[in-house]
Amino acid sequence: MNLLIVGAGQAGVQLAGSARDLGWEGPITLVGQEPHAPYARPPLSKAFLKGEAPLASLALRSAAFYADKRIDLVTGEHIDRIDLAGDGTGMATSATGHRWRFDRLVLATGARPRRLPIEGAGLDGVLSLRDVRDAQALAGRLATATAVVVIGGGFIGLEVAATTAAAGIPATVVEAAPALMNRVVSTATADIVATAHRTAGIQVRTGLRPVRLRGTDGAVAAVELDDGEELPADLVVVGVGAQPRDELARAAGLRCDDGIVVDARSLASDGHTIAIGDCANLPDPSPWSHDAPRLRLESVDNAVEQATSAAATLAGLDRPYRGVPWFWSDQGKLKLQIAGLARPDDEIVLRPGRRPGQHTALRYRGAQLVAAECVNSPADFLAMRRALSEGISLPRTTATDTDMSLKEHFAIARSADLKESQCP
Amino acid sequence: MPKVFYTQPDGRQDVIEAAAGDSVMQTAVRNGVSGIVGQCGGSLSCATCHVFLAEENADDFAPVGDDEDEMLDCAATERQDNSRLSCQLILREGHEVHVTIPETQL
Repeated sequence: MNLLIVGAGQAGVQLAGSARDLGWEGPITLVGQEPHAPYARPPLSKAFLKGEAPLASLALRSAAFYADKRIDLVTGEHIDRIDLAGDGTGMATSATGHRWRFDRLVLATGARPRRLPIEGAGLDGVLSLRDVRDAQALAGRLATATAVVVIGGGFIGLEVAATTAAAGIPATVVEAAPALMNRVVSTATADIVATAHRTAGIQVRTGLRPVRLRGTDGAVAAVELDDGEELPADLVVVGVGAQPRDELARAAGLRCDDGIVVDARSLASDGHTIAIGDCANLPDPSPWSHDAPRLRLESVDNAVEQATSAAATLAGLDRPYRGVPWFWSDQGKLKLQIAGLARPDDEIVLRPGRRPGQHTALRYRGAQLVAAECVNSPADFLAMRRALSEGISLPRTTATDTDMSLKEHFAIARSADLKESQCP
Repeated sequence: MPKVFYTQPDGRQDVIEAAAGDSVMQTAVRNGVSGIVGQCGGSLSCATCHVFLAEENADDFAPVGDDEDEMLDCAATERQDNSRLSCQLILREGHEVHVTIPETQL
């Protein structure tokens, strides 16, 4: 039985190893499009961009790992055609004409940066950041840049802006929404983050939309905003989200709708093919998500956990993907950690920090604690991640009581739950 | 070449030849040592690389930092005096390091 995994990012690598651990006995082939062995992407906007972490230090696994697990790692091959027989078997063909016959197929094709649909987006000096090549290009430009405009105030944009400012280069972040990290964190947290970036010397401009990039001799020179203002820029970094790379799946006849549509066992519409990671459109894995809309999750946590669950599916086990999604973003001196998926209308309850610079926003849906946004508060984050996975909640008045840590509050709630369940 | 001895909760041991400059966490994850997750890649965001460091290695590494300290307090397996986040244990040439992996990381 041949297992073929298309896409050698975090999800594909995890699935290859987990499938072997769970007893897949036949050949496992992991095909990646990039020339490098699989690597971690999060440092690309931070340590790697600063030149503090060479590519070798980003390797997800060692050569010995692939050898020990008998995983055939193929790099530099772009699969551009998949023929499915209907029973899950089929053939994949690469742009160079190589072919792989498979009994089971896993698509872990990831996502690509969304392009800016405005005039001038193709000018020299307009970059986005997704892979090592992008990061190397960006690092090269940063070496000589004098004014950087980041379009998009999400995780990647803010991380790049923080790295830019730390290098002493003037940086401006332009975000079309009224607040940074729109839809990902509450406005309370977004405001704290915006203030910290402004203090670090970054211009943060929200509620403004770029309408055109102006160039001189083919190179970008300025960003024109919808209020008529022009921001001079010799480097523009576009971080306006990503789109799933689902075209292979589409062409193979699998159902796609903002990603490859899968069930909780990561099975696509043919009932055989698996899709995992950034390219998958999946049921919300959170607890209390029975009425939640489907979504895509772009995170290391999701890549690893969904792949682990999908490897169980391949092994014939019934382990639907459940878990509390979590995210982190290091932006200069800010450590932002998020546990759980909040909705825009979930209530915001602030828990005061113990030290300056700390901030924790708890999110409530009715009486249920569903998420937490933690700035420079790793203890709160860890306590929340664990409590959410256990389904433990706290009344608002308890959660905001700083005489005890969240961990201590949860320990009391946990033992109360236990007593209740023991005394009918 | 540094060498790391990883002991599982059940007593099984993995011995891995590491590279100087890599962390005890990176070495484990890259070589498929189970029980060390390291999802955040060493940026002190996840606390899933908790280990108990052998007494003879206690002075081989930089002391516990503020974030590490705060995260160890909330690790999934209760903290002990010799608890460390293994992403903070950077290996040097010739190092021989012994760590024990806790029951759970999440």
